[in-house]
Amino acid sequence: MAERAQPLSATPGRAAAFVVAAVILGTLLAVAWRAEAGRGLGPSDWAALRFTLVQASLSAVLSVALGIPVARALARRRFPGRRALIALLGAPFILPVIVAILGLLQIFGRSGWLSHLTVSLGLPPVQIYGLHGVVLAHVFFNLPLATRLILQAWQEVPAEQFRLAAQLNLGPLAMIRLIEWPVLRRSCPGALAVVFAICLTSFAVALTLGGGPRATTLELAIYQAFRFDFDLGRAAMLSGIQLLLTGCTALLALRLSRGDGFASGLDRALQRWDGKSTLAKGLDTFWISLAALFLLLPLLAIVLAGVGGLTTLPSSVASAALVSVATALGSTVILLLLALPMAAAVALGRGGLIELCGILGLAASPLVIGTGLFILIRPVADPFMLALPVTALVNAVMALPFALRILVPQARSVVARYSRLALSLDMSHRSFATMVLLPRMRAQIGFAAGLAAALSMGDLGVIALFADAEMATLPLQIYRLMGAYRMQDANAAALLLLILSMAAFWLLDRGGRRHAEL
Amino acid sequence: MLNFEACTITNGDFTLHANLSIPRGARVAVIGPSGSGKSTLLEAIAGFRGVTSGRITWQGRDMTALPPGKRPVAMLFQDGNLFAHLSAAQNVGLGLRPTSRLTPDEQEQVSAALTRVGLEGMGTRKPAQLSGGQQSRVALARALVQRRDLLLLDEPFAALGPALKAEMLDLVAELVQETGATLLMVSHDPNDARRIADQAVLVADNQAHDPVPTLELLDNPPAALRQYLG
Repeated sequence: MAERAQPLSATPGRAAAFVVAAVILGTLLAVAWRAEAGRGLGPSDWAALRFTLVQASLSAVLSVALGIPVARALARRRFPGRRALIALLGAPFILPVIVAILGLLQIFGRSGWLSHLTVSLGLPPVQIYGLHGVVLAHVFFNLPLATRLILQAWQEVPAEQFRLAAQLNLGPLAMIRLIEWPVLRRSCPGALAVVFAICLTSFAVALTLGGGPRATTLELAIYQAFRFDFDLGRAAMLSGIQLLLTGCTALLALRLSRGDGFASGLDRALQRWDGKSTLAKGLDTFWISLAALFLLLPLLAIVLAGVGGLTTLPSSVASAALVSVATALGSTVILLLLALPMAAAVALGRGGLIELCGILGLAASPLVIGTGLFILIRPVADPFMLALPVTALVNAVMALPFALRILVPQARSVVARYSRLALSLDMSHRSFATMVLLPRMRAQIGFAAGLAAALSMGDLGVIALFADAEMATLPLQIYRLMGAYRMQDANAAALLLLILSMAAFWLLDRGGRRHAEL
Repeated sequence: MLNFEACTITNGDFTLHANLSIPRGARVAVIGPSGSGKSTLLEAIAGFRGVTSGRITWQGRDMTALPPGKRPVAMLFQDGNLFAHLSAAQNVGLGLRPTSRLTPDEQEQVSAALTRVGLEGMGTRKPAQLSGGQQSRVALARALVQRRDLLLLDEPFAALGPALKAEMLDLVAELVQETGATLLMVSHDPNDARRIADQAVLVADNQAHDPVPTLELLDNPPAALRQYLG
């Protein structure tokens, strides 16, 4: 049929989606096969489940509750540095968790800045380990996300409504009732669900700041069952519970959330006439300063703490850095090989199932995939030998949902704009892909690749399952240094990791946008 | 001869019937009220829209089932006629061979076509560095090297000012004169039709009619057209 002619083939995209589904669902089957359902949950399993739910709920509520005044202030204030601050709100996404944790320790740790203050006031030092430390770190990562999600809803309010409100001389209460409450009702449930879902699969935070019977997440319990007891049956059963939990929450989050915080134009300046009172100005200044300090101080602290040790880093850190760079590169290549064909297939309108495979990663937990891969690989090869390829693959699958969100809209617009012209010129699928689609998606490809590289570079998850004593990625090496109380080296290595992650993102993102034509 | 043999073309809820012949080498304006299906008719010829019954033939050969790129058709759309990231010469070159590099001989053809449309020496420019009129010229140069029997214009000059549009239409008229191609152009403006089309197909009331002399149609419009022309 002539009307079904397409400038591209959807077959490679289907194949890529199949690979993704196989990795996520195949490992699931492997886990189910090994799980010992009859054994039931022990007290420590129940504790892990309870702690997971409690910390995720607290993190979500606090992140959103604090995100509301910050977003509100950012939405109605213009000040120098506003753009930079809003851009900074996107940074925790690619910030390696271990770096942030070391930064938070510098501020809130036992010998941190805050403790110095309390001790000098005659109070005991601050205690960061345990539930509140885990929640603190989660709020550090998710307050910016919640703020962006809520800010996005705020920016979607048509400018005319604010003009009309000014025209009608609405007071603060009327503004809340007519404009702000609907904004919050639209955005907060989604933001809560998204943050809750993210915190459910928290591993690195719980590993470093939690631990012990009273502060172990499911993800951490899987790791412990695997690593310390080598109890595959228990790891698999915990994975099953984790999967059920993340699956349901991801569905809920997808249903409730409309934006993803990636929207451009969040820094768009909108003229506002409300909130001119001194009290309102003062409150907004307070919230913006607080958020900026909360985000910037830990980063500043890690730079200060690490810069001295950079020149005396042990050679183990240098080799771990090389391993990390190689893994991140591999992961980025895998991601692009999966995401580009899938984005093309979705753009052709053949993507219902493919899109579903793309978002499976949101519901998956890296440790569950890792456990499954371990079970699958062990009969045929030594899983520890394959630690790096497995890490690269799992990182790519986890980055896939975000990459698709970046790539699909542009792929859609290229196909919509040029498919008729390409068809009338009798372009082959290959020519269309290489001469039209890829060149026109350069900027988005660079952005997605940058995210994937930075995420993989900073990941401390699957690698902790698979690595043996001789080998480590940089985040794992930092964790080991922390465990050995070599904080000076750990801080310097964290600074190195921060530099590497940001450089990877910056290079790829910039490389894509450079000379890119619109 | 381009023949529509009892064709039904559907576009969502919309249906267009066409049973008409257009002689080879004719210059035909497709005229009718908005939403009457003028573009749909052209899309059916170009293969972007399938016919649900009947067939379309060119010189006796059935092309109903051919994909767009295999039809003897070059088409200019309302917009998106050029790849914005490719140079003018690369865009024209795609009309010769929609793959990678061109032979020296083909490059020669490309620069000859660019010269013919008045863009000598501008082959390396990207569309963004060209004016709207110049972009239209690049698209016409590509249609020229494509050497297809049928040239379809779906209002590619709609965004140009009146003088520039007239200039483009005159260029089109010259080009089809030289190549002997058969021209079909959708037109909102009766003056466009008068300017270069000797015949006109009226599309109205879900029906595409046989071509008649343009002047005759415009000077004595039937009711459906009269209302539109005002």
